[in-house]
Amino acid sequence: MTRVSKLGQPRIGLIQFPGSNCDADCVDAFKRLFDIDIQLVWHEAHELPSLDGVILPGGFSYGDYLRGGALASCSPIMSAVKTFATKGGPIIGICNGFQVLTESQLLPGILLKNASQTFICQYAYLKVAAGNSGYHQRLQGQLYKVPIAHGEGRYFVPADQLKSLQDKGQILFQYADEQGQVNDSTSPNGAVANIAGIVSENGRILGMMPHPERASDVLLGSNDGQPILEAFLATVL
Amino acid sequence: MIYEVVVELKEEVLDTQGRAIQQTLARLGATQLKAVKVSKRFLLDLDGDEASSLELVQKLAAEHLANPVSETFKCRKL
Repeated sequence: MTRVSKLGQPRIGLIQFPGSNCDADCVDAFKRLFDIDIQLVWHEAHELPSLDGVILPGGFSYGDYLRGGALASCSPIMSAVKTFATKGGPIIGICNGFQVLTESQLLPGILLKNASQTFICQYAYLKVAAGNSGYHQRLQGQLYKVPIAHGEGRYFVPADQLKSLQDKGQILFQYADEQGQVNDSTSPNGAVANIAGIVSENGRILGMMPHPERASDVLLGSNDGQPILEAFLATVL
Repeated sequence: MIYEVVVELKEEVLDTQGRAIQQTLARLGATQLKAVKVSKRFLLDLDGDEASSLELVQKLAAEHLANPVSETFKCRKL
């Protein structure tokens, strides 16, 4: 399914898996904030339409069977998404989309069951870590209030890979408190180094557990997601 | 033929389910219970000779059933 985009507007596609449930939220946020019509791509498709950027949405693809994102990473469309990524195509994976990215090995690490063993649905305060990606440059210096809603959001990488992420400036968001302090007590899910979101080495792929599309209007409690989605669009343009 | 794959979290990865179960059982009186480790067990039914079947089971376990970032696995024919 292809649709002609408005002149000058980036062509953004969103992959729908069985169990995706934040797809409509993304469609709404991009339409309302940026007047962008997102193209929906079903997971059984073998090719992507001509796109400038790809969104992997939140939800519970395949019921989180096996591991969150594991079965979705084997969907037919994911071969095309991997090819898109190899060519430097910009991708944002939100929540379950982040899990799909790690299970597809497009980003390092894995998202494990929250340390509390409970599903967590609350606002999180995100601090931008050190790094030089486009995302870091655009978002640095602010604290972002964005909701999280997940049962498997405890980011984990072995110690050597964590050091690599830090050395290469790939950590984008860390869970902080309202004052921007980052420590063990400010991590809602027990993620290693309080990691809430990371970028790929080339800075083109972002995976994050919090939901910027749900923080897209002050009426919803926060519009701090807007600059994050804008930063994604900046990688697209 | 049935082949078994057991997937476990690595030692250095916190097993939150195991911890919750251990704490509950200890509260119920099993005070000498030091730890509980939860694993996943997959039973795969395959046609074909044992060598090639086991090779395929190993491949499926390594690539899909277990995630090498956080898990280890063992395969055997039952």
